[in-house]
Amino acid sequence: MDKILSISYGELALKGLNRRYFEDQLISNIKRAIKDLGYEKIYKEQGKLYIEANEDDFPQMINRLKKVFGLVNISPCIRTEKNIEDIEKAAIEIMKEKTKNQAIKTFKVESKRADKTFPIKSPGLSRKIGGVILKNFSDLTVDVHKPDTILYIDIKQKAYIYTERIKGYGGLPVGTNGKALLLLSGGIDSPVAGFMMAKRGVEISAVHYHSYPFTSERSEEKVKELASILSRYTGKIKMFSVNILEIQKEINAKCKENEMTILSRRFMMRIAEKIALREGIHGLITGESLGQVASQTIQSLSVTNAAVNLPVFRPLIGLDKLDIVEIAKDIETYETSILPYEDCCTVFLPKHPVTKPKLEDIIKSEELLEVDSLIERALENMKVTIIE
Amino acid sequence: MIYLDNCSTTKPREEVVKIMYESMMDNFGNPSSLHRLGMKAEKRIREARKYIADFLKVDNNEIYFTSGGTESNNIAIQSFVNKMEKRGKHIITTKIEHPSVLNIMKYYEKHGFHISYLNVDEYGYISLEELRNSLRDDTILVSIMHVNNETGSIQPIEEIKNIIKEKNPNTLFHVDGVQGFGKIDISLKASGIDSYSFSGHKIHGPKGIGGLFIDKKHVISPIVFGGNQERGLRSGTENVTGIIGFGEAVKIMSEKYKEERQYVFELKEYFGNRIREEIDDIRINTSLDENSSPYILNISFRNVRGEVLLHYLEDKDIYVSTTSACSSKGTEKSHVLESMGLKDEEIEGAIRFCFSYENTKKDLDYTVEVLKESVTEIRQIIMR
Repeated sequence: MDKILSISYGELALKGLNRRYFEDQLISNIKRAIKDLGYEKIYKEQGKLYIEANEDDFPQMINRLKKVFGLVNISPCIRTEKNIEDIEKAAIEIMKEKTKNQAIKTFKVESKRADKTFPIKSPGLSRKIGGVILKNFSDLTVDVHKPDTILYIDIKQKAYIYTERIKGYGGLPVGTNGKALLLLSGGIDSPVAGFMMAKRGVEISAVHYHSYPFTSERSEEKVKELASILSRYTGKIKMFSVNILEIQKEINAKCKENEMTILSRRFMMRIAEKIALREGIHGLITGESLGQVASQTIQSLSVTNAAVNLPVFRPLIGLDKLDIVEIAKDIETYETSILPYEDCCTVFLPKHPVTKPKLEDIIKSEELLEVDSLIERALENMKVTIIE
Repeated sequence: MIYLDNCSTTKPREEVVKIMYESMMDNFGNPSSLHRLGMKAEKRIREARKYIADFLKVDNNEIYFTSGGTESNNIAIQSFVNKMEKRGKHIITTKIEHPSVLNIMKYYEKHGFHISYLNVDEYGYISLEELRNSLRDDTILVSIMHVNNETGSIQPIEEIKNIIKEKNPNTLFHVDGVQGFGKIDISLKASGIDSYSFSGHKIHGPKGIGGLFIDKKHVISPIVFGGNQERGLRSGTENVTGIIGFGEAVKIMSEKYKEERQYVFELKEYFGNRIREEIDDIRINTSLDENSSPYILNISFRNVRGEVLLHYLEDKDIYVSTTSACSSKGTEKSHVLESMGLKDEEIEGAIRFCFSYENTKKDLDYTVEVLKESVTEIRQIIMR
């Protein structure tokens, strides 16, 4: 009898012939997440993964595993030989622990017999173990409809007994759905956007724009910190930092004040696309949410969009700010996002930015600028950091 | 590197670093231990306390070691209020105090005290008339900083004490001396100041160590309880290394400060005059005479963002401070400059230069050149 972790991964199981590929990626992501904690063994058995490790490490390990996409539930469980005495003993131990930690009055037992050679059928096994629990825990009663807790018994090569089902984020393992470049600012939205795309299996790189010395080096540190929080979900992130002060100065000097933001956004998209193509990345991700600010109206978004050919993913497009904040708090980027260091100096924020820009007008304004050489110069001074 | 941020912190003197290293290697005993090692550590603390007491011309047992200026202000103010609150619930302070004083006052305000915040004029000086009118029979405490950390304005501590004595002799007087200690003379005993706080790292000593003078006529209860170190007022194993370093810094300072102060005064005057003559559209927020600290010069560059200028200077290895930060939610304004009635653009463009004996005229010449270039460039961008 020993304590191990079991992991279920819902959506993956549906993926037909690709299943093996997804499973392998998931296992490699799990290994990466818990490598430094140390584990004995990870193995697959009939639709679930099992991790053998030191029980003292379970709380920290579960915390890390919750952040691995593709994983639906994590359960600390007891693994025993497939004989009824051991299963009974394990069931009692699990229920002892459960009743110690929580006020529980009712329970039920759910058995699943994947190994049909096991002599007792599932309903019989549930009844039998239920009886044992009733005998050992005098204040518990059975409730099959709304129990306070469910005792699960999986009969496979071995028997697995557990009550806890700790939810993961679901989604698909990072690395199974191509690569995209996240436009990462120090704000609340873009880290959430990165999180949501990574949850669909996308491998994330990030580009960050700043205007040092018009902005502080701390704002760059803050973005690195955000990337590092994000990397707990996505694995290592390659981050590109680009100084766009020269570009902003040029726009400021030559173009209309109210077009500053939209013109800057087009430059950011173009630079991002250049980096993406160079790095073999298939798309861009932004934290834009429709109507949130002037640069995120339909008209503004289509003008920024027209600057590039790669697909641009905007996973927050239909979310309210409050929803975004809620996710940011949940994934623990919020506290860092609201630190004061700005990555865009207020000097360059127009008082009344255009909300309905026309592409022709914007293109005309860009004719006043040496777009290509400005971008080239910005890229020459780009810094690259690997965030883990 | 040209370090002009000496009000934030100073570089420890080499002798200080050396003596601290030695003390950590050889003299790591706990002063409370009964054995020889403990005694040795206790002796070194006694020496350090003496250097400081001698410098301030007070008794050894009137000096308490703390973790720094913030803790000293907290101990003094909270202990005095605890002792005096039966007599009254009125406290006087100024609008330009350090947050470690202002935030205690805000706390007391929420808990039934009445706080009078004295106004300051356009150069950061309180009005003695307003002080006189604010003092009441139930005023238990006046807490005023000697030297302001943002502008360098020196408050007339002795005159303030005289007014307090005359209007209500029971009122206690705490002086936040963090920016004045070792820089601006003060006679604690002769003026009858009740408590005075100071810090190690502002005078080329280590961080994490500070001191508090409390006149021995006051019997006060601690606000933190423990093993009764520092005569029961500040429990906790002594920061022996910090104390030794602090003592050494004060010992050296005692010998050199008059000469260094004169040197720094001339630097500031020279630097201030050059900026005034060579850069236009500025406001010098610190007086260039003896009414302000020779160590501090605060200047507003109109149509410049202080933070941007700070980064321009940093790029040239020149380090200064600003108290307002560039933010999309509006600028975090300095409460000191705001109280002085400066316009928003003057607050946003304010830079604080703080000098030390290590700066040279050549450093400042270079700084003026970089300032001229940077200010011109930033203005071109901002004003367009």
